[in-house]
Amino acid sequence: MTIDKSMNVLIVDDYKTMLRIIRNLLKQIDFHNVEEATDGAEALNKLRAGSFGLVISDWNMQPMTGLQLLQEVRVDSKLKSMPFIMITAESKAENVIAAKQAGVSNYIVKPFNAETLREKIEKVLGHA
Amino acid sequence: MAAATAHYPVPQADAIADIVQCVLATMRGTLTATEATLLAEVEELGRTIAAAKAEIAALKFDDITASHIPSATDELDAIVAHTAAATDAILESCETLDKVGAEVSGTTQRQLQDATTRIYEACSFQDITGQRITKVVAALKAIDKKVTNIVAAFGDHSHYASEVVPQQPELLNGPQLPACAMDQGDIDKLLASFD
Repeated sequence: MTIDKSMNVLIVDDYKTMLRIIRNLLKQIDFHNVEEATDGAEALNKLRAGSFGLVISDWNMQPMTGLQLLQEVRVDSKLKSMPFIMITAESKAENVIAAKQAGVSNYIVKPFNAETLREKIEKVLGHA
Repeated sequence: MAAATAHYPVPQADAIADIVQCVLATMRGTLTATEATLLAEVEELGRTIAAAKAEIAALKFDDITASHIPSATDELDAIVAHTAAATDAILESCETLDKVGAEVSGTTQRQLQDATTRIYEACSFQDITGQRITKVVAALKAIDKKVTNIVAAFGDHSHYASEVVPQQPELLNGPQLPACAMDQGDIDKLLASFD
């Protein structure tokens, strides 16, 4: 079974250069339907209004952090099972544990490469 | 103690010196050997405080708070801005290469795509650099506040910084130094331990 690479992917980061990098890396691994949000509130609005198969979010954002976004997603009846990957420079064990307890699907530490991104997406979507 | 701390948020050098003088004033006259030793220690303490006060007064704190730290933070902000502009230019060129790559095929296409992928990966340095510099700027601002408080404690109370340095939300530690950081393999193992 192969991954449906035509799915909509929402990438969330308050740093536009990073959004551009992730969008291009996703394109390199054949995910072309990518939408962007620059903060947690915008991401929630887009998720509630649209149809997405995956969220990839930064952690270090203001005013809503990626962790808070994840928590909001997990308590939303429509979004609670949404695959959610955190991509972050936060590499302390306490961060990973907090993200896991909040229901993160996978966790990628920056700097990362396209292969790690592909591998984690495949794992999250159940096609490892 | 809490009430006293709230009333005197920083140690008052003048108050300490006054206390030392009061103690000395009560100890004149016939002294035992122990009292004489104690008096000598208290006098030494008074001299130490006076010397420290003079040394701190001689330092040019205004240069630090008015010039050095703002200048350093401006320079760091400029580094972030310049590297961001350079990264955007690199990404722009890389996206052009991707378009060229779409018009060719076979090995050439693969080689171009591999090269642009490596460039995209490398460009994420900008994000991490920015986060590290933000941490340094926050540290400099905290030092600025502490210096201002020291100046206030040693006489010039007009500089007292009542503004509190904003606390980072919980769990925002930012990038760790390589020696302390967990790599992707460590994180994968930690996540797997939950399964």
